[in-house]
Amino acid sequence: MDPLLLLEQTFNGFQFGIMLFLIAAGLTLVFGIMDMVNLAHGSLVMVGAYLATTFIEWTGSFIGGLALAIPATFAIGVLVEIVALRTLYRRNHLDQVLATFGLILFFNEIVRIVWGPISLYSGLPDYLSGQVEFIPGAPYPVYRLIIIAVGLAVAAGIYLIVAKTRLGMLIRAGASNNEMVGALGINIKSLFTFVFALGAVFAGLAGMMLGPLTSVEPGMGEPWLIQAFVVIIIGGIGSIRGAFIAAILIGMVDTLGRVLLPEFLRVFVAEAAADTAGPALASMLIYILMAAILVVRPQGLFPARNG
Amino acid sequence: MSKRILGLSIALAMAATPVAAEKVKVGFITTLSGGAGIIGKPMKNAFELGLEHIGGRLGGLDTEIIYGDDKRKPDVAKQLANKMVKKDRVDFVAGIIWSNLLLAIHGPVTRSKTFLISSNAGPSAVAGKKCSEDFFNVAFQNDMMPEGMGKYMTSKGIDNVYVMAPNYQAGKDMIKGFKRMFKGKIAGEVYTKLGQKDYQAEISALRAAKPSATYIFLPGGMGINFVKQYAQAGLSKQIPLYSVYSVDALTLPAMKEAAVGTYGVQHWSPDLNNTVNRRFVDGYKKKYGKTPAFYAAQAYDTVMFLDHAIRKAGGVSDRAKLRAAMRAGDFPTVRGTFKFNNNHFPIQNIYLREAVHEGGEYFTRTKGVILSAHGDAYAKDCGMKW
Repeated sequence: MDPLLLLEQTFNGFQFGIMLFLIAAGLTLVFGIMDMVNLAHGSLVMVGAYLATTFIEWTGSFIGGLALAIPATFAIGVLVEIVALRTLYRRNHLDQVLATFGLILFFNEIVRIVWGPISLYSGLPDYLSGQVEFIPGAPYPVYRLIIIAVGLAVAAGIYLIVAKTRLGMLIRAGASNNEMVGALGINIKSLFTFVFALGAVFAGLAGMMLGPLTSVEPGMGEPWLIQAFVVIIIGGIGSIRGAFIAAILIGMVDTLGRVLLPEFLRVFVAEAAADTAGPALASMLIYILMAAILVVRPQGLFPARNG
Repeated sequence: MSKRILGLSIALAMAATPVAAEKVKVGFITTLSGGAGIIGKPMKNAFELGLEHIGGRLGGLDTEIIYGDDKRKPDVAKQLANKMVKKDRVDFVAGIIWSNLLLAIHGPVTRSKTFLISSNAGPSAVAGKKCSEDFFNVAFQNDMMPEGMGKYMTSKGIDNVYVMAPNYQAGKDMIKGFKRMFKGKIAGEVYTKLGQKDYQAEISALRAAKPSATYIFLPGGMGINFVKQYAQAGLSKQIPLYSVYSVDALTLPAMKEAAVGTYGVQHWSPDLNNTVNRRFVDGYKKKYGKTPAFYAAQAYDTVMFLDHAIRKAGGVSDRAKLRAAMRAGDFPTVRGTFKFNNNHFPIQNIYLREAVHEGGEYFTRTKGVILSAHGDAYAKDCGMKW
């Protein structure tokens, strides 16, 4: 393969990884700090995409739409936490899986009722729809560069909050022993609500970024959720640093696997067989990687609770 | 009242209902719930509109329609079909969107000596050796659209085409059908994950292969994702995009500008100029407020087909006579012209369509006939002669 194309594909993998990180960040926070399995995280991606699409249409401005959609997603996160999740923290993971699976059905149906079953149109303003040619011969969409910038900014933001602020200290304390934090006079309930809503905003933000790229439709978040779980398991549950590195790793492996594996197989087997087996094998790669990492490090690359 | 007049009126009354007990029962199976309900509901709507247009009586007989929701699941479809055939004792089972569901019910329904009418699904498996005298397809054989596209691109002298489809049976078929009639060089052949969201890596590889055109089969959300990302990568202006079953009335509203200028093929279009089609499209728009997609047109044609055949055969009790009337295929169709092949699949025109943006609306416009009176490639393997 042409080295420039390989460079471009590596960059594509990086960009895909950043997208995965945006989704996995909230998931790992909630899982790690509240010990809560939230299957409905993908639904929050969908809600973010729908809200942004609607607000962009209302305001007629891309930035304006996002500026409204972010607090709206935060509010929905607060609402979901208070109404549905608060009662689940002391239950076992199976109950949580069941209840949050119910939330998925609820969100998909409500979206269908409010916006209808047909995909919404979500486009880009002219100033974001161009391309820049920083790899010769491969003009790259400006919008995808913006996704990378947003993802990196979110990563830096979370790192600063968790490591350098009083809130971050409480989050870390709450994660290691939430009863003790409560006994010291901290309102652990509202802390959890805040963390969940923050996770919802990250998921929603990912949905908002995805809208112009993909089809905005009921259930659009679920395919991402599975990959996000792979990311947080590889990265180590609860670790933001782990989620970031694992997301980039998964993005690279998935993208390069998709592109290179069919070509690689063609060297050994007939073209038709390679065309069938290549994509099938490529879509298994990240799970094989996860299994391999779990064998060596069952706790993930960056063990939780102190990352 | 004299005896003569009394006798006459009795005779007249009897003439008006020649076989008082005869009644038509049709089971209509489609997908009404879940995401695919956006295909099934318009089909049911169009079927009801068709019944309305013929006065609610198929062939002039008392008519009972039993609707079934297959939930896009083969086992559910099979249960519904069995119930309709055994318990409701229907004369026809019609509808069916998905090829795998059709294959699940094809055996049970045709073995029970009940007519099976497909209003959409047209898998090759029942078009060749396993064709049945009790199965009719009033929609299309799956390969017809990719064949049409292959023929068109060859006729335009387009060479070096990059082809892409999801990695499953229908995806393989759509590429095979395309290659059957496309005589140029293939620049690259890529099978992607079913339900894939992000195509940036495939788009990079595509650009690097420097094809002169791209041909895709990416139905539903996959098509929306790909077409949008293709346009964002700046490729739609450089490498023309041709598609089958991807840019249609359901996906175009979500693609808008990204799809404008791309080409597709279809056996029907809302702008086909014939009386039946105008009555259908206008009636549909008036009743449901939307332009119908081809799924709806086929459901409407199913009503016209049944009505015409039953009327011609004078009822549903003589199955041989009814079959002969159905085979004639001379019903008033929204397609203008229609004929059945020996395998009971359509012989019909395939049109080129271009996605356009005019007067604030996005729609596809017919650009001409690619293949006229086109029959499928499997008919020759079907043993039926009539």
